[in-house]
Amino acid sequence: MTAEAQPLSLDLRDVVKRYAPDAPNAVDGIDLAVARGEIFGLLGPNGAGKTTTIGIATTRVKPTSGTVIVTGVDVRAHPSVAKRHIGVVTQFNTLDRACTVEENLYFHGRFFGMPRRTAHARAARLLESFGIGERSQTMVAELSGGLARRTQLACALMHHPEVLFLDEPTTGLDPQSRMALWDSVRGLRETEGMAVVLTTHYIEEADALCDRVAVMNAGKILVCDTPEVIKRNSGDGVLVTLRLREANPALAERLRTLDGVGAVDADEATIKVHVTGADGVVPQVVALAGTDLRDLAVAEPSLETAFIALTGRGLSQ
Amino acid sequence: MYVRAFWGLMLRDARVLAREFIPFLLRTIMNPLLFTFVFTYVFPKIGAGISPGGSTNVSFATVIAPGLVAVAIFFQGIAAVALPLATELGGTREIEDRVMAPLPVSMVALEKVVWSSLQSIIAAAAVLPMVLLVSAEPVSVTVASWPMLIAVVLLAAFVAGYLGLVIGTVVKPKQIGLIFSLVVVPVTFLGCTYYPWAQLTNIRWLQIVTLINPLVYVCEGLRIALTPGIKHMPAAAVILALLALLAALAYLGTRLFIRRVID
Repeated sequence: MTAEAQPLSLDLRDVVKRYAPDAPNAVDGIDLAVARGEIFGLLGPNGAGKTTTIGIATTRVKPTSGTVIVTGVDVRAHPSVAKRHIGVVTQFNTLDRACTVEENLYFHGRFFGMPRRTAHARAARLLESFGIGERSQTMVAELSGGLARRTQLACALMHHPEVLFLDEPTTGLDPQSRMALWDSVRGLRETEGMAVVLTTHYIEEADALCDRVAVMNAGKILVCDTPEVIKRNSGDGVLVTLRLREANPALAERLRTLDGVGAVDADEATIKVHVTGADGVVPQVVALAGTDLRDLAVAEPSLETAFIALTGRGLSQ
Repeated sequence: MYVRAFWGLMLRDARVLAREFIPFLLRTIMNPLLFTFVFTYVFPKIGAGISPGGSTNVSFATVIAPGLVAVAIFFQGIAAVALPLATELGGTREIEDRVMAPLPVSMVALEKVVWSSLQSIIAAAAVLPMVLLVSAEPVSVTVASWPMLIAVVLLAAFVAGYLGLVIGTVVKPKQIGLIFSLVVVPVTFLGCTYYPWAQLTNIRWLQIVTLINPLVYVCEGLRIALTPGIKHMPAAAVILALLALLAALAYLGTRLFIRRVID
């Protein structure tokens, strides 16, 4: 069977989700295709619709309309079959508080029909490879955030899913735990050959981990490509970050009117200016900021510039 | 196809119960034990024995024995579903793990009810011998009809389980204690637990009003099976009422659970 003949890991077509009849669409007609073995990122601010999209793909949210196919299985028609092929790590710590770390993995295996010995053996192997072997008898309520997230990841992998969904996997984690999780995710492709679909609002995470990124805002996908292509296409701009003494919305407005300035994102006392124009624009920006300026940074095109250029807002909002 | 997932869920629940089995037994026995001790041991011994009234000449202990078993089934059945469920649906969203098991969401709910029914039956099996042991008065309990006993116990356990499902899905964890005080305790006291329904003719309004209490049918059903000498409701009425309650609560509980769990 050639690679082309194998079904996509995730195939969303024209998916819409409206939570209430008069509410705006949380997901507004999106198309997504994730190939086998791909690490795919959904990048966007809070409220963009990323968690809803993951929920729709993982049977937790019923779409208002559209087609949802995971590894060739129609999720809307056969949710229980689809669940066999997917592993999910949610934003929240959903570990079973009444059980130990090992029991969480073991019972997860039993839910998926693994025999007793197989489940114990696989649990032990996963606990070792994630470095939580020593805590296997600890009640999960006593785990730190990073260890809990690793345990959730190990659980999700127990039944050898073909697609792993990670919803904001490193939110709330310290930098070390975050690096460790990135390493684990990268390693998964080598050892398990599975596709990974993750949502994040951290640009560096999307840049570091993902083969392809879909930038999402207000329920729509704005662009979907490799990080390099997205960065390239955001123009020749640079990102100028102004740190002021205090918030100054009037300054942000004046900056927007300058020639050669693309999008301006003001967040409290920090203003990010996407400069697309030719020489001389950056000094004008600095001059306008005047004595209010505490600090200044100029950065090369990145996913962040691309994001601001595409949406006119920063990811921190 | 879903059998293994269902069994896996039961195994997990069994492990959690096994870890706290003694506290579970103590919780189950404590209330009926104290009640039995005070009203059927201490009272007769101090010359204040309660006369059950009516035209029968059985002891008060005989009248309340089926009632105490009924309360144990009902109370444990509701609590075994409602209390863990309120937590699982709360801040931690622990329910996610169960819902992501490869079986329909409705069967996740069914497993909870089946497991709570097992606990209800264990509770019943613990309470009846306890009453027989503790009471100073004679307790004339016989199994007049095994089919009736099994039918009522099973129906009662499942009705209680689905009622627990409704409560656990609808009520916030903070308010669960309140619901137990406002709903479950009155249901227990006014469920014909300590007096047979037929004897309420002198308080006609109460006799009519308590017909909406599911526990009444469980108590009467157990009286038919265990203490047939006491005047009771017709067996057919009891079984039909319990079946109707089961159908309604099963439908309502499952729908509420699915809606709560899937957006």
